[in-house]
Amino acid sequence: MLSKRIIPCLDVRAGKLTKGVKFQGNIDIGDPVEAARAYYEQGADEIVFYDITASAEGRSIMIDVVRKVAETIFIPFSVGGGIRTVEDMRRVILAGAEKVSVNTEAVQNPAIIAEGARAFGSQCIVLGMDVKKNPGNAALPSGYEMVIHGGRTATGIDALWWAREAERLGTGEICLNSIDADGTQNGYEIDLTRLISSHVNIPVIASGGAGRPDHLLDVLTRGQADAALIASMVHFRTYTIAEIKTFLQDRGVKTRMHW
Amino acid sequence: MIGVVDYRAGNLTSVARALEYLREPCIITNDPRILDEASHIIFPGVGAAGAAMANLRESGLDIHLRKWVREGKPLLGICLGTQVIFDHSEEDDTPCLGIVPGRVRRFPADIEADGRRLKIPHMGWNRVEFRQGHPVFAGIPESAEFYFVHAYYPAPADEDWTAGWTDYGIRFCAAVAKKNLVAVQFHPEKSGRPGLAILENFCRWGGIDAQ
Repeated sequence: MLSKRIIPCLDVRAGKLTKGVKFQGNIDIGDPVEAARAYYEQGADEIVFYDITASAEGRSIMIDVVRKVAETIFIPFSVGGGIRTVEDMRRVILAGAEKVSVNTEAVQNPAIIAEGARAFGSQCIVLGMDVKKNPGNAALPSGYEMVIHGGRTATGIDALWWAREAERLGTGEICLNSIDADGTQNGYEIDLTRLISSHVNIPVIASGGAGRPDHLLDVLTRGQADAALIASMVHFRTYTIAEIKTFLQDRGVKTRMHW
Repeated sequence: MIGVVDYRAGNLTSVARALEYLREPCIITNDPRILDEASHIIFPGVGAAGAAMANLRESGLDIHLRKWVREGKPLLGICLGTQVIFDHSEEDDTPCLGIVPGRVRRFPADIEADGRRLKIPHMGWNRVEFRQGHPVFAGIPESAEFYFVHAYYPAPADEDWTAGWTDYGIRFCAAVAKKNLVAVQFHPEKSGRPGLAILENFCRWGGIDAQ
């Protein structure tokens, strides 16, 4: 049976690793290539890079990071942030990433999902969803709203509707980020994760709020997530990936223990 | 020199990077004359069976692949490369290379584990129960896991061809081996150390079946 995946997320700005709280106040904390290598050695099942660079120069630095990572780590990794066209996807994939993740771009231009899936296969396309709780609004039956531009812009789009629509368009996986929980280290948004995961037939990666191993246990069991994204709890060396996996394995969640 | 068959089926650089890391000289090419000279052939690929077969026929590589297998050159299929060596794939209802008797089927929509419907594609890390004694799978610990991403799985007509089994709601064939041919449904180039060990074993293998 499949193991639940533990996925460190590396935010990269102009080639440097950063970590923010609720998408603000990013500080530089190191070299992404070294960090990726360390997480690979520690038993990460996959790695996510999120490029928060805006400049063209920063983008080519990122492609260089992707190339270096691909030479030294032999697990899947994805790259997201600023991917607007199939050509942007191609550059990242040819540099060595398995998957590309689209977020704001997909909300503004849903066709990019179908075009990307046609060009590279659904398994390459990850839909990044930034979601905010917004109950009691008739236009949002699930009570959750899609937000874009790193959480700054509300869209009026229902999160559950969008997840199913993106699945129909050919996305292979969903990375579901709760803006309310992101960076708080108080636990994942369990209700949101279960809602989305139980209504699509593609894997869902839970994101936002991980601070302790029991948060992962909760989202991988009650939340029905297929994988869990982690950041602060490993970047600041509070826990190792092996410690988190052992904790989960001891409590009956199958994880990959041999690497 | 290891020849990696380029037939426009997905990104082949990850296979080449893994071989470079193992210090195995390799070349990615669609030129059959260069591949003729290679000591070993790796036949990878991601994407759809229909498009892959169209590309193989158009380039004439279909004929060469059959020839290399017949001549006894060690050949390793990976993922889509593994699927198209069978007789037929349910994906796009595609007649394939017919090197291995059998069909490639889609995972049933209603597979379950622990009372919950399983998602398709089968994406992530899973164990493979290898048949004992094959040199390419030698030294792989029982607890090792491999990275899979696929919605279709190989079903050899003859159990004899199966060299490894994986469980995902159903028990399916995750590895095939006979004579000089080895083929795996998972991605050894993306499966950490155990995956690299399989690639390394393959590069050092003379193509003689152990049994």
